[in-house]
Amino acid sequence: MKIAITSTGTTLGSTIDPRFGRAAYFVIYDIEKKSFEICPNTNKEAMEGAGPASVQFVAEKGVEKIVSGEFGVKVKDLLDSLKIQMIAIKDHSKTVQEIIDMLNQNK
Amino acid sequence: MFIIFVMHKCSKMRYRKRRHRKLLSPPVIKGFIPYGKNINTENQDLVSMLCEEYEAIKLCDYDMLTHLEASALMGVSRPTFTRIYSSARQKIALAISEGRHLIIEGGKVYYDSQWFHCKDCDAFFTNPNDIVDITCALCASSNVSKVQDEESVSLK
Repeated sequence: MKIAITSTGTTLGSTIDPRFGRAAYFVIYDIEKKSFEICPNTNKEAMEGAGPASVQFVAEKGVEKIVSGEFGVKVKDLLDSLKIQMIAIKDHSKTVQEIIDMLNQNK
Repeated sequence: MFIIFVMHKCSKMRYRKRRHRKLLSPPVIKGFIPYGKNINTENQDLVSMLCEEYEAIKLCDYDMLTHLEASALMGVSRPTFTRIYSSARQKIALAISEGRHLIIEGGKVYYDSQWFHCKDCDAFFTNPNDIVDITCALCASSNVSKVQDEESVSLK
């Protein structure tokens, strides 16, 4: 199962990005293979519609869960119909590595 | 003069955007086909029922809600709901009295999601696959509760 985590930087030690649509980077983590891929968000500077464009990007990667700080209204509706699980974390000081560790313990 | 003014106005005005309808869950079937003798189904058109119309029938006649309650669930006004409902009834009547196929598809809809809160890791998450035995998506803790008021999550 693949999980997308929004990240502020290019390393696993970076903190999570509280925004989904305009997140700096997406870390696509594969739980079974324990591999990850860091993708820059090309929609970061978009005037509008950054959320839906980001949804399309991560949906093409085949993720089933998204970990971020918050999700916009447009994004929420889209992800609901795509049946992608949203996980919103209020503690924005968590790093991507911490999230991955938690997800691994989960399995 | 007045007509020119109105036409000028109208050309600039956009039509009102139709609000998307909220569905609690997708329809359980894709449609119905008639059976029996004397039905020539090949040269008859299908009756296409929108997902929102299916939901209106379900809320009103299966869940026995009033139009007002059902309209709040679908995120539309009561008169709009009544319009959707009557259109749904007309389509069902058309399908059964003319022996046509009834297809449930389309419509601008989105699915309602319910948020859950994990008390151990303070994360909010949704349950898109309708799992009954809910555990936290992040830490797998079973110490989770339903978020009653979505606004309180401030997930805007």
